Amino acid sequence: MSELDAALTVFSQEAEELLTDMEDALLLLETNPDDSETINSLFRAMHTIKGSSGLFGFNCIVAFTHEAESVLDLVRNGERVIDAELISVLLDSKDHTAKLVEHCLTQPDTPIPAELSAVSERLIKQLTGRQETAIQQAAEKSSVESEGGGDISTDDNWLISLDFHYDAFRDGMDPLSFIRYLKTLGEVKEILTLAPDMPTGDDMDPENCYLHIKIAFQSDATKQTIEAVFEFAAEDCDIKILPPNSKIEEYLRLLDQQADTHVQRLGDMLINVGALTKNDVDHALQHQHADSLTEIEVPAKPLGEILVEQHVVQQPLVDQALKKQEQTKQKLASEANYIRVDAAKLGHLINLVGELVISSAAMNLIVERHALTDAGDVAASMNALVNSIRDTALELRMVQIGETFSRFRRMVRDVGKELNKDIELYISGGETELDKTVVEKINDPLTHLIRNALDHGIESAEQRLAAGKPAQGTVQLNAYHESGHIVIQIADDGAGLDSERILAKAIANGLVKADHDLTQQEIYNLIFAAGLSTKDQATNLSGRGVGMDVVKKNIEALRGSVEIDSVTGEGTTITISLPLTLAIIDGFMVGTGQDRYIIPLSMVDECVEMNPEECEIDEIQHYINLRGQVLPYLRLGDYFSNQIIDSNNKRESLVVVKFGQVKAGFVVDHLHGEHQTVIKPLGKVFDNLKGITGATVLGDGNVALILDVQGLINSAIKYQSSSFHRQIKTNLSGERK
Amino acid sequence: MAIEVKQQKNGVIHLAIQDEMTIYSVLEQKQELLKYLKTAKEVQIDLADVTEIDGAGLQLLMFLKQEALAAGIKLSLSQHSKAVVEVFELLHLSNHFGDPIVISADWRTS
Repeated sequence: MSELDAALTVFSQEAEELLTDMEDALLLLETNPDDSETINSLFRAMHTIKGSSGLFGFNCIVAFTHEAESVLDLVRNGERVIDAELISVLLDSKDHTAKLVEHCLTQPDTPIPAELSAVSERLIKQLTGRQETAIQQAAEKSSVESEGGGDISTDDNWLISLDFHYDAFRDGMDPLSFIRYLKTLGEVKEILTLAPDMPTGDDMDPENCYLHIKIAFQSDATKQTIEAVFEFAAEDCDIKILPPNSKIEEYLRLLDQQADTHVQRLGDMLINVGALTKNDVDHALQHQHADSLTEIEVPAKPLGEILVEQHVVQQPLVDQALKKQEQTKQKLASEANYIRVDAAKLGHLINLVGELVISSAAMNLIVERHALTDAGDVAASMNALVNSIRDTALELRMVQIGETFSRFRRMVRDVGKELNKDIELYISGGETELDKTVVEKINDPLTHLIRNALDHGIESAEQRLAAGKPAQGTVQLNAYHESGHIVIQIADDGAGLDSERILAKAIANGLVKADHDLTQQEIYNLIFAAGLSTKDQATNLSGRGVGMDVVKKNIEALRGSVEIDSVTGEGTTITISLPLTLAIIDGFMVGTGQDRYIIPLSMVDECVEMNPEECEIDEIQHYINLRGQVLPYLRLGDYFSNQIIDSNNKRESLVVVKFGQVKAGFVVDHLHGEHQTVIKPLGKVFDNLKGITGATVLGDGNVALILDVQGLINSAIKYQSSSFHRQIKTNLSGERK
Repeated sequence: MAIEVKQQKNGVIHLAIQDEMTIYSVLEQKQELLKYLKTAKEVQIDLADVTEIDGAGLQLLMFLKQEALAAGIKLSLSQHSKAVVEVFELLHLSNHFGDPIVISADWRTS
């Protein structure tokens, strides 16, 4: 669904609600004509519909509601008395507005039919009190009727085409017998017997059937009945039965009347109205399938096109069916897709689901502990259910990021104007879903980053042309899913970051020492430090050096991360990585000593037993050599200063975690396996705790801590001995490329 | 012999098919008839004794017509039997062959 569609959905929903309110209000007025509050609500309904229709350019609605609004304004100001007559006109107007809205939503590209505009005019006249003469009204009516009618096609013959295969005679078919039988169903108006590919002279085999017969047939029989005549010939004959034009009208009408409670497939719709038989559709589908097998590169033809090509159905029918299908889809989308739910209720539900996950884990534990085999099956199936409830509940909160993205279009346009730069915003991946709370919180950081891209990133048109780039700058906004995270990228094709200047500024501000040993990447990341702006002159948009640090903080508060990459002269890409949800994750539980920790499963790369063949541990230089790959590592037990209870346990395991492209190893005592983790935030007291982002309650009532993998990886890298420091880092950045 | 040569004079040949024209007989009939078509200038076929005709037989007649047209031979059918007329009517083919059909009065009674 595009953003416009989403907006239209909201519009149609809103209009529907307002019109329902209006109807209620009008009915109330009938008994209580002096209620000013009710009159106000009437006015507001028309006013709001007018306003939002104007936004979408639905001028016919604006024109009509404007009149109604004016009348209601008079009523509101006491300049016009509301009586039964006006109420009934207003009720008609309400119905008419609903029709106009429906028309604008379903066929936005076609002008409103004469019928509707005639009603508009009539109602406007009634509303404004200019009573039209009866003659005028009658004239209008008759013109409507004459338009409504239409030429009834005289061509009401079925067209039947029988192309017999060569073997038809040998298989005992006699084409003549079918036609004799057909005559019992109706009248054969025209019949053409052709043998277009009959060879000449000696090549002609009289036992081959070369006959092609075309029949114009008049009958009231249904397509199914007619097809049944040729049932026995189906093997030896290509049968095409095209309904008469007069039938088309009927089919079109039937198509229109089809219930739009669910979206049907095209073939099913045409079968239901009788325009096609199941055989026709099966045949066409086989054809489609065969095509897609032979021509891999070419996308399969739409079914409708095949059906028309095979002469089993007329184009208008397919068009109508497709239109109907689209309408139904839209109607369903507007009717059923949305239920507005209080966010608090949803939050409560998700909390409950979280508790359910925990207590189901507790139950599993008990079932396991007491070895209750009977209960095991029940527990397993309940577990599966709890899992799917959890996923569904979390999905409820998922929204597409597209809406957030499209808000930036306006901003890019306005800011571009202000800065006198021509900038185009490209959006991709708008359908990527993430948790609503995350979406809300990411809006500000995104705004800031995009402003930066517009202000700092994109150069002025002259500079761009001088650099051999098109005058129009581009900013790309992209979102996609990657290993349990959503990644949002903001890329501009501007000048790129000037690392010299960043560094100079950072040194001047005392952020880094002059004898630094920072990589290019680290220098770029300095712009996230507080109090650093490379823009010499601050504008009202950006450049004051506050903001980027806030951006980073906001993103980190969402357990996300932000990275920046830049190529001088070619542009800057900022990559934000966020967890999909804040509530429940699939975790991987490990243990050291008696403590348990949860690592988000999406970040676990692999688990290996610590044996000398596979991995060597270098305690002095603090790295692990895993099959030739050098990884920084942490001993979780040491890091969190756990008491070592069982010092004899030497069967340590290594969990390799990955964040972005960086890997590290955690050395743990036990691997407990996958665990559904309900994230419980830690209190303010624990704010300064490094390496932990939250906690969870286990089934047995114990608490496990959720590891901040990103932070721990950074710590692991720092732990490496300084002599080895640089080498590892080049290794890592090498991997990154 | 299913096909009798009634008369042969100055390249005009007058034949009579004295058998059913069905899938069981068309192979033989086709070879026979094509032979005449190759030699004659004009072929007249008497269909009075065609007791039965089916799709294959009809196709054979269409074939003969097509061959005759291609070779510039005049082909005419005559003395259509009841069975032949019924099929011609069924398929609206009388015009196709363009030969006058004489409908015998005693057919209608049956």
